[in-house]
Amino acid sequence: MLLFLLSVGLTLIFGMLGVVNLAHGSFYALGAYAGIAVAVFTRSFWLALCLAPLVVAGVGAAIERSCLRPLYARGPNAQVLLTFGFIYVFDDLLRWLWGSHVRSISPPAALAGVVSLGPGRFPVYRLFVILFGLAVALLLWLALERTRLGAIVRAGVWDAEMTAGLGVNVARVFTAVFAAGAGLAALAGVVAVPIQAAYPGMGVEILVRTLIVVVIGGLGSLEGSLAGSLILGQAETFGKAWLSDSSMFIIYGVMAAVLLLRPTGLFGRALR
Amino acid sequence: MGLTRRRFLRGVATTAAGAVLGGAAGRARAAPAPIKIGLLLPYSNVYAVLGESITDGLSLVFEQAGGTVAGRRVELIKEDDEVNPQVGLRKAKKLIESDGVDFLVGPVSSGVLAAIRDTVHQARQILIVANAGNDEISRDRCSRYIFRASFSNWQPNAPMGSWVAAHVAKEAYLVAPKYAAGFDMMRAFKETFVAAGGKVVGEDYTPFPVNEDFAPFLTKINQAAPKAVYAFFSGSQAVRFVRQYDEFGLRARSRLCGAGFLTESDVLPAEGQSALGIITGHFYSTLLDNPANKAFVRAFRATYARTPDGFAVQGNDSAQVIVHALTATGGDTRDKARLLEALRGVEFDSPRGRFRFDPRTQNVIQPFVYVREVREVGGELANVVVDRIANVRDPGTGCTLPG
Repeated sequence: MLLFLLSVGLTLIFGMLGVVNLAHGSFYALGAYAGIAVAVFTRSFWLALCLAPLVVAGVGAAIERSCLRPLYARGPNAQVLLTFGFIYVFDDLLRWLWGSHVRSISPPAALAGVVSLGPGRFPVYRLFVILFGLAVALLLWLALERTRLGAIVRAGVWDAEMTAGLGVNVARVFTAVFAAGAGLAALAGVVAVPIQAAYPGMGVEILVRTLIVVVIGGLGSLEGSLAGSLILGQAETFGKAWLSDSSMFIIYGVMAAVLLLRPTGLFGRALR
Repeated sequence: MGLTRRRFLRGVATTAAGAVLGGAAGRARAAPAPIKIGLLLPYSNVYAVLGESITDGLSLVFEQAGGTVAGRRVELIKEDDEVNPQVGLRKAKKLIESDGVDFLVGPVSSGVLAAIRDTVHQARQILIVANAGNDEISRDRCSRYIFRASFSNWQPNAPMGSWVAAHVAKEAYLVAPKYAAGFDMMRAFKETFVAAGGKVVGEDYTPFPVNEDFAPFLTKINQAAPKAVYAFFSGSQAVRFVRQYDEFGLRARSRLCGAGFLTESDVLPAEGQSALGIITGHFYSTLLDNPANKAFVRAFRATYARTPDGFAVQGNDSAQVIVHALTATGGDTRDKARLLEALRGVEFDSPRGRFRFDPRTQNVIQPFVYVREVREVGGELANVVVDRIANVRDPGTGCTLPG
C-alpha cells in the first residue's frame, strides 16, 4: 500500500505532465522527516499525517513553478536530469537538517498491538496502512472520475494542448497535480515511519521499486498503480519468505514478464 | 556513477584546503609533511550512522591532540564506500595510489573489507580496521599490514552462545542479514550455543543491504514460537527489526537477544520502548565505570551533543592506535618495519578497558564482552551490564603471523 501511495503520485505526474520525476523518492523521505518533526513537536501522529503532506505539496508546487516549468519545452532529458539533481539536493538537505541518525516514531496508541487473523497474528498498524491506502485509492478515483477537476486532469493527460484550447488554465492544473503527487509521496513517507523508520537514503531505496510498479501497472493509470503495487508487494514478500536467494530477481522477473506480454503495462495505453 | 559530482566537489575542497594550509605552513617554516589518514567509511546507505560515529570518535582524538601527532600535522581524507565492495575497492585504490595515505582507516562492512584485503596487503598499506569484523581477517586471510581495533565477528557472539543457553533458553531462532558478517556471527553463536545443549529451531538470512520490511520473517518466527530469538542487525536495519519485532507482538513471547549492534546508542533512541528487555553481547556499554570511559563520554557529549556508542569507541581506539604508534617512532612513517613493530606493541586505556592487540592475529583482545540488557535508566534507555566475560580473543585458526 505504501508503494501504491508512492506510485500513484508518480504516475499522475507522469501522465499529466509527461515528467518522469526522479525526485519522487525524495518527497517520500521529506514527508517522513517532516512527519517526525510534526509528531515530535505536537505529540500527535494524526497531525503529522495531515500537515507533513501539505508542507511537501507546497515544496512540490514551488519546484514545479520555479524549476520544471521553464523546461517543459526542452523535452524529457532536461527534466530527468533536473529531478535527478534534486535527489542529491534533498539528500544533503535532509542530512544537514536532521543528521544521518535513524529516527522513528511509535504508531498511535489506538493502532498498537496485534490482532489474530486466522492462523496468524497481524499488527493492527499494518491493517490500518492497508485500509488507509484503499481509502486514498477510492478518494482519488472519485476525485478523478466524478469531479470537474478530475475531468480536467484526465483531459490534460490525454491532450494538454486541446484542454488548454478549451479555456482551462493548464499551467495551474499542472502545478496542482505536481503538488498533489508530491503530497501523496509525503503521505506514504509519514505512514511508513512507524514501520520502517527514517534514515538517509530511504528515498533512493524506494524509488526503484516505485518505478517498477509504475512500469508494471502502466504509465499514467490509477488502476495500474494499485494493481502494480499489489503484484510487486506479493512477489517481494513471498519471494523473501520462500526463495530468499532470488527475491530481487523475482521483482525484476515480474517486470520483464509484464513488459514482454504487455509493453505498455497492465493498464497502460499506447504512448502518444 | 551517482556520486560523481559530490566526489568532485569534495576533491576540489580538499585540494584547495590543502593548498591554503600547506602554503601558510611553508611560509612559516619548513614544517614536516603531514600524516595522511584515509578514512574509507560509509557516509550513505544503511551504515551511514556507523561511518559518522566512527569519524566523530576518531576526529575527537586528533582535535584533543591539537591536530598534530609527534610534531606532524594530521590530514584526514574521507571517502564514502557506500557499503558497496566495488566502490570500496575503487576508493581504497584512490586513497592508496593517488593520495598516498600513511594509514588507511575503515571500513564498516565486512563485504568491503573482504574486497580490499588483497589490494591493501599487496600495496603493503597499513590498515586499521575500525569496524568490519570478518573472522577471516583474523584467520586464513590475516595480514601483517592489517590491524583490527574493533572486533572480530566471532568475539561478541561466541560468549553469547553459551550465555543464552545457560541463562535464557535452550532453543533459539536465528535471524541475520545475508552477507559475510551475518553468517560469521550466527556461526559463532551456534558453535557455543549447541555445545552448551542449545537447539536451533529455525534460521533465516534477510536481504542486504536494502530491506525495509521484515514481515515475512517475523511471521515465520511467530509460527515457530521459539523461547528466544538471536539476531544480528546494525544501523537502520536494527531500528526496523526491533520496531517490527515489537509491532508483531513477539516481544512478549520470544526473548530477543543478539549481537550488541542491535541496541547500540546510535539506534536505541529511534527504537524507543520497543527495545526494552533486549539482551545483547558487546565489548562496550556507555555506562562502563572506568576513568577512560568517563572522560570519553564527557568529551564526546560536549563536542557532539549526543551519547557515544561502540562505533565511536572504535573510531577513538583506531586514532589512539595511530597516536601511540607514531609517538613510539617519533613520528617516523618511512621505516615500515619499525612502524609495524610499534603498532603491534600499542597498549593504552580505552573506554572499553585496557587495549592491546593479539600478537597472533593483530586483532584486538576484548578486555571484556559485556552481556547487556536494555533498561530505562533515569528516563533514558541504556544498555545495562548484567554479566561479563573476560579476555575474549579470536581463535585465529589458520592465521600464520609470527607471534
